[in-house]
Amino acid sequence: MEYQGLPRSEAGPRERVLVRIERCVGCRNCELACAVAHSQSRTLAAAIREEPRPQRRIYVEAVAESRAPFLCRHCDDAPCARACPTRALFQDSESGLVAFEAARCIGCHGCLMACPFGMIQAGRGSPFIVKCDRCPDRDQPACVAACPTGALLLEGAYLSMRRRDAIARLTRAARQGRAELPPVEASP
Amino acid sequence: MLTSDDIRNRTITEDGQRMLEKAEHDQVRTVWDRYQAQLPQCGFCELGLSCRNCAMGPCRIDPFGEGPQVGVCGADADIIVARNLGRMIAAGAASHSDHGRDLVEVLRQVAEGKAPGYQIREEGKLRALAAEFGISGDGRGKEAVALDLAEALEEEFGTRKKELTLVRRAPEQRRALWTKLGIMPRGIDRETSEMMHRTHMGVDNNWQSLLLHGLRNALSDGWGGSLIATEVSDILFGVPRPVHSKVNLGVLKTDQVNILLHGHNPIVSEMIAQAATDDDLVALAKAKGAAGINLAGICCTGNELLMRRGIPMAGNHLTTELALVTGAVEMMFVDYQCIMPALGQVAACYHTRMISTSDKAGFPRMEHHEFHPDNARELARKLVTEAIENYPRRVPGKVKIPVEPVDMMAGFSVEAIVAALGGTVQPLIDAIVAGKIRGAVGVVGCNNPKIRQDYGHVNLTRKLIAHDILVVDTGCAAVANARAGFKVAEAAALAGPGLREVCGALGIPPVLHMGSCVDNVRITMLAAALANALKMDISDLPLAAAAPEWYSEKAISIGCYAVASGIYTVLGPMPPVLGSKNVTQLLTEGLEKVVGATFAVEPDPDLAADLIIAHINRKRAGLGLS
Repeated sequence: MEYQGLPRSEAGPRERVLVRIERCVGCRNCELACAVAHSQSRTLAAAIREEPRPQRRIYVEAVAESRAPFLCRHCDDAPCARACPTRALFQDSESGLVAFEAARCIGCHGCLMACPFGMIQAGRGSPFIVKCDRCPDRDQPACVAACPTGALLLEGAYLSMRRRDAIARLTRAARQGRAELPPVEASP
Repeated sequence: MLTSDDIRNRTITEDGQRMLEKAEHDQVRTVWDRYQAQLPQCGFCELGLSCRNCAMGPCRIDPFGEGPQVGVCGADADIIVARNLGRMIAAGAASHSDHGRDLVEVLRQVAEGKAPGYQIREEGKLRALAAEFGISGDGRGKEAVALDLAEALEEEFGTRKKELTLVRRAPEQRRALWTKLGIMPRGIDRETSEMMHRTHMGVDNNWQSLLLHGLRNALSDGWGGSLIATEVSDILFGVPRPVHSKVNLGVLKTDQVNILLHGHNPIVSEMIAQAATDDDLVALAKAKGAAGINLAGICCTGNELLMRRGIPMAGNHLTTELALVTGAVEMMFVDYQCIMPALGQVAACYHTRMISTSDKAGFPRMEHHEFHPDNARELARKLVTEAIENYPRRVPGKVKIPVEPVDMMAGFSVEAIVAALGGTVQPLIDAIVAGKIRGAVGVVGCNNPKIRQDYGHVNLTRKLIAHDILVVDTGCAAVANARAGFKVAEAAALAGPGLREVCGALGIPPVLHMGSCVDNVRITMLAAALANALKMDISDLPLAAAAPEWYSEKAISIGCYAVASGIYTVLGPMPPVLGSKNVTQLLTEGLEKVVGATFAVEPDPDLAADLIIAHINRKRAGLGLS
């Protein structure tokens, strides 16, 4: 059985991939890295010659004067999983991700219509659909590892970075705008 | 923090490993650190599928077929890859050829008496080259001949000719082929200029004709710009003859004023070499507490000095920063090409003064002192004086010379090889026919941090000579092979029985140092001489070339002129062409039917050697040799 989710032995929820939109330069290397990670050969030079050609699961879009990569959100209450008549797509309780079992898929493309983000695509041949599996055999998903600017981050790193950025900003503003105040670290 | 494994994986050289440890201790960042920081590198660029040629772009082609398959202008993968490769060739050919032009300018100023310190050292070669251009030397002084020759050489760069003069050295069949294919080089600058034109948006959008012009552009380098650079360097500074010297960072001396000469063009470094032997400057060095003035070369400027003067060689491309990490260098002079802009930053960690010398090459954190033929002699003396005065500023605690130097021989110009053979190439042909030497391979090119330093050069060369294949080398490859100890007569023991016998009889190493990277033309001239003696084409002979660790655009141009001249060429790193199946196939297969030679790509030197050995066996069979 082709199982595209996580190895069952791996316990615990897996961190999702988040995007710092302002960092994306639109280089699309995440797309290439994703396709390579989902190829037979796992090398760029050989992957581009494979048939069927490997597909990406992440999409760099340019909208509203901005550009950003987007990928499956692995929703907690996933419309795609609810729409799937065969439970090929399902909520994996161990990983917390939306997993896919190709053997159960009948290729109805109901999930394609159900996903509000357009993150599920028709597969080239079998499997019938492709979506992000969050690179089950890697700690860092291929897209995150390939991002040269740190636009793609795992959830923990993303939140910590956002918090630290915000606190640094507030601290600087407090020091510069209200110079009479003692440094924040020393305030009562 | 680098582990000892990390360090070993960066370079096979012992001096390099010791200096990487010191760099880590001194907190100096090197090319390998910067390479790591660049990872992952852009996949589109790696495949040649990104185009920045116009402002409708930049554009990329999706190699997996889901995204766009054409750029804004409509160029597909084949066109974009071919255009990008064409521009790489143009940049490489321009670099060699502009280097050649600089030497022609010195030749002219010597002839006009405006270049004190420079002279015509090889009148015989001057007159022989002049004769090739139809310049009569009868009853005329060498200056008058040199002036006419300089004029004629300048014309080679222009656009008024149907073909370059020196292509006449190529076998007749080869020249006829070039004419038939429409790739006969016409003017050195013309072909580069035309390439830039063809690759502008909306000009040549036929990938085959783009690549054919690429070959013509490369031929304008190999049978034009580079060839002129080598010939005129020989006239001005001497034809190399076999010479003994030493190599690796051990050539730097703890008790002497160390001056390093880095870059490609001998114009400046020859003047420094003269100044460093001036009695008053040597006396000054001793007054400052040094035992003397020690010059060492690095990269191809180093090769030029090594070949003609036996000046020791500190290292190749990836050694340039590590040489400064010794903390023992008072001054480094740079001219141009392959000089990492990071060097000034490295030097700032030590007392080393960095001097840039060319009007066309500037670098951050270096002092700029422009050398011209009229001021070179005096400026060289002034700066050597300052280097000596810098010696007391050396910090002894920061100095480490990592290893003892390795002995080597260099100086194998075509003239020197023919002389060693007794005046003709016939003994070499006899040895090839008898199978004592099964063939000859030019191992050339750079270092590249993608490949463990020297691993490709040394392992390929070792396997080739063990299979009775004579290796001739240039550039960074030549330094690698010398550092590995292949360039002493005793290294013949590493060769197969046939090659060992020939080397033993002539007292030469199995790996012959033929010079700098413009001196790759010495290799093609030797190949042409063999072909002409046999009345055959170069592509008929059991020859090959390899660039196991190439990185530069110049190497692409060299590879293309080698293949266009009929020499099978194996590259280590993959050039950015894989994005186009058509271009890749033409380069690796299709060109066989066009020019009688192809490229191959094989980063593993062991497998690359197998490819070359099989090729040589095929060529021998074609000649009816066992």
